[in-house]
Amino acid sequence: MSTTEIDRQWTTRLRRRAAGKLPPEKLLPDTQPTYVASWIYVFGVATLSSLIVVIATGCVLALRGPYWWHGSPYGHFVNSLHLWSVELFFFAMVVHLWGKFFMAAWRGGRSLTWMTGVVTFLASIGAGFTGYVAQTNFDSQWISTQAKDGINSGGVGAYFNPLDLGQMLMWHIVLLPIAAVVLTGLHVLLVRIKGVVPPFDESAEAAQ
Amino acid sequence: MSTKRFRPDVDAPEYKGGYSPYDIIKEGTIAIGVIFLLTLLLAILFGSPDEHAITIKTWSNAAPIDFATTATSELNGTSTTGGYGAPYNNASDGPALGPIHVAHLIGVRIPINTVKDFVIDPLKSLPNQPVLDQNLAMWASASTSTRSTWIANYTKASANMKFTDGHVVVNATDAGPVPVMVDSLTQMARSGALDQALVTGSGFYTTDFTKPLLFVSDGTYLADLATKQHLSGDQWGMMNETGSYPGQAWLWLYSFWYQIPPFNTSGNADILILGIMLLLSVGLLLLPFIPGLRSIPRRTRVYRIIWREHYQNLK
Repeated sequence: MSTTEIDRQWTTRLRRRAAGKLPPEKLLPDTQPTYVASWIYVFGVATLSSLIVVIATGCVLALRGPYWWHGSPYGHFVNSLHLWSVELFFFAMVVHLWGKFFMAAWRGGRSLTWMTGVVTFLASIGAGFTGYVAQTNFDSQWISTQAKDGINSGGVGAYFNPLDLGQMLMWHIVLLPIAAVVLTGLHVLLVRIKGVVPPFDESAEAAQ
Repeated sequence: MSTKRFRPDVDAPEYKGGYSPYDIIKEGTIAIGVIFLLTLLLAILFGSPDEHAITIKTWSNAAPIDFATTATSELNGTSTTGGYGAPYNNASDGPALGPIHVAHLIGVRIPINTVKDFVIDPLKSLPNQPVLDQNLAMWASASTSTRSTWIANYTKASANMKFTDGHVVVNATDAGPVPVMVDSLTQMARSGALDQALVTGSGFYTTDFTKPLLFVSDGTYLADLATKQHLSGDQWGMMNETGSYPGQAWLWLYSFWYQIPPFNTSGNADILILGIMLLLSVGLLLLPFIPGLRSIPRRTRVYRIIWREHYQNLK
């Protein structure tokens, strides 16, 4: 096999492109710019960490099916862990989002990083909602029967029925978690490729 | 040769400052540990709510008049589901965004006929009920106008509905089989058989609770319980959950619109608020490209708090 033939391979091209965009020292950096020195930066990693705990506790709940936690003290405790990790996840994500807004973190070719973050936020809201309506208790009865009116009003209810437990559960444990994880992965990779947005250059602005 | 003008809300300055050591793996590991411990602490301290789901059996035993009144409204088409429109039926055009009834355009995708699905079919599934069977046969052979007359007469008399000795009593004249049907459905509900009939109506294996949930939400029992749990629409509705828990606090903006005019009195509130939230979501997504909005961070200078050390060092 000739070198030219190897060079043309999709695999070779992809590897070279990936290595060029994201060399190991960028993917797993051991230094960071000194301006990355604020508590606000903690909320990005806190969001990611919460997502890991959300998925782990959700996997434990999934082991015994959707009704298990109602009749088992252990199951109820795992449900409590799942609930509070979700609350922490959203709290951290909202603070992270506001922080990035006030940094104008889309600057310097980072608009895709911002957009993947926003879509992850919206997908997570969907994941949270489907979780609430899949609880199989009074809350899920009330939330689903109330939410259906908003969803139906836009015609979405014809395809996304909050009163259908099976459909909501599938969205909650398969489709939306996959979306959230893939989007989060993409978001983190973009942060690693582009780096953390630098502060505004006030002297340059004053000069202009 | 022209130099591209630097746009402070779009472009980032090249960083020429220093770097400090950063152990990303250590930071991530510590963060996961801290978040897990915090989750554990919150779960131990506060637990999570789990109010049992209500069943049609519990509803009809606790409030038989409300159940029988709801069953009557399913028959005469005045229930919420009966007059809903798409995706359940064509009884109304549904909420409109200007001249457009979006749901109506998409059409009936989850067909619900409240008379057939909530009353007649469940009653037909009851075994060994000769009197009921006779009345169902009378209903089946009657013309549409005769049925309407029976239902109208029963509905009129049901203002004085009573529940005596385990039976629904309505002194209606010329109501045909309707009194027997409503009473039988109430008995069926109180035994728990209606819960099962509404779920298994779609087949042996099913996870679709659309019919029982619509039926239950047509009554006032569910809403009354929800109001006691601070869950009704004017109490910030579905973003709350039972007990003193944060619920879906991230839906605050969605719930907020329902609390203020003109949405809190508008029949089109659902579609209007959905439209507003879609617009706001798209706006948030495309914020980096919207002049004016993307300048807010630079103009408010909140970033000076975030990067205070950096700006202090520059001095």
